Amino acid sequence: MIVVVDYGMGNLHSVAKALERVTDDEIVVSSDTKKLDRATRIVLPGVGAFGQGISNLKSLGLITALEKNVLEKKKPFLGICLGMQLLAETSTEKGLHKGLGWVKGEVTLFETNLKVPHVGWNDIEPCKGMLSGCYLGDRTFYFVHSYHFVTSDNVAATCGYGAGFVAAIEKGNIFATQFHPEKSQKNGQRLLKQWVEWQC
Amino acid sequence: MLKTRLIPVLLLKDGRMIKTVRYKNYRDVGDPVTCARVYDAQGADELIFLDISASVENRNVLYDVVTMTAQECFMPLTVGGGLRSVADMRKMLQMGADKVSINTAAVEHPALIREASDVFGNSTIIVSIDAKLNREGKFEVYTHRATRKTGLDPVAWSKKAESLGAGEILISFVDKEGTMQGYDLELLRKISDVVKIPVIANGGVGTLQHLVDGVTQGHASAVAAASIFHFTDQSPIKAHAFMERAGLEVRTI
Repeated sequence: MIVVVDYGMGNLHSVAKALERVTDDEIVVSSDTKKLDRATRIVLPGVGAFGQGISNLKSLGLITALEKNVLEKKKPFLGICLGMQLLAETSTEKGLHKGLGWVKGEVTLFETNLKVPHVGWNDIEPCKGMLSGCYLGDRTFYFVHSYHFVTSDNVAATCGYGAGFVAAIEKGNIFATQFHPEKSQKNGQRLLKQWVEWQC
Repeated sequence: MLKTRLIPVLLLKDGRMIKTVRYKNYRDVGDPVTCARVYDAQGADELIFLDISASVENRNVLYDVVTMTAQECFMPLTVGGGLRSVADMRKMLQMGADKVSINTAAVEHPALIREASDVFGNSTIIVSIDAKLNREGKFEVYTHRATRKTGLDPVAWSKKAESLGAGEILISFVDKEGTMQGYDLELLRKISDVVKIPVIANGGVGTLQHLVDGVTQGHASAVAAASIFHFTDQSPIKAHAFMERAGLEVRTI
């Protein structure tokens, strides 16, 4: 059973629908910690502000359950967009916020003369791990964000927008993308299929 | 490199796709879900649904269209038309939209832009602006499907919308819509250059060159079109190929 965590941030059903396309496994959208305990894989999606996201996770009592299932039990984890940014230690979006701190680094605003938010299809460059071994078509994926995760460890893919930035992270059983595989047509489906079969 | 986006626009009324010219005279042009499937197969970068149904009953028909499209097309979907509150927007996002677009409601209550972007994130909120030449020959923002003057200058209003938290601007050229004579490039460029957020151009595309001009001369981040795909044999595939040959960075399948 794959659980897509519902913490009130963004369009979860498109993530669930996209996963249904690539696996026969049961997909459940939920904020129930008992379901997290029974899950075999966990997805943390999210669109919206960092502060709101971390606050919702706290008030729904999800942080302990996520840490137990992902950090201790090491269940395969997929974070998408805000779900990747929340893994950071801190973020400066609308004030200074503490994140889950599962991956070293901080989330900051794009500093560039180019348009912000970074919206649209862009190419990623896989560097290691699951993405390196995976056929991803022309490697373009859909991004929509103003903030990005700055880190030098655990970088699984980069992308170029003005300067390079981190497009995906992989740390043990934790995998996360800044882009939206559920909005990235065929390439996204390929990536999701790879993740549901990922033996980490 | 970030690709320029090509975005088919589907104008909807009571669950059917329609086309207008200068925002008047509806013609039925087909079923939106079928059309969305075709655009998806042809590699459109995103889709925009703009609903102009008058009544509340027909809002449910729109929800069905959005849900069915979201179930089959795994690309970004923006929905606009008649959204007046955060609750309206939340419902549309739950039905399957990834982004929502507000027009009249934003002009009437600019604070709604701030409220919505605080709740859903800036990047979820597109402010849609209908620009039309007024009697003095100057561009003015119109609301209510281009039937009411506002006294606002489109360039100034774009900047204000950005400051209130809009993630993108969708600028539509009322006098060009459906005419297939091209975007209003001068106005487009002024808006694209004055805001830091992406600008989507809409209204007037008749040839593939118009799409290229929208980017090279109008500085748009994304080019939207409807008539060219309904009434000619151009398609997103051909459009992307043409744009690439013209030197633009685009997705090709």
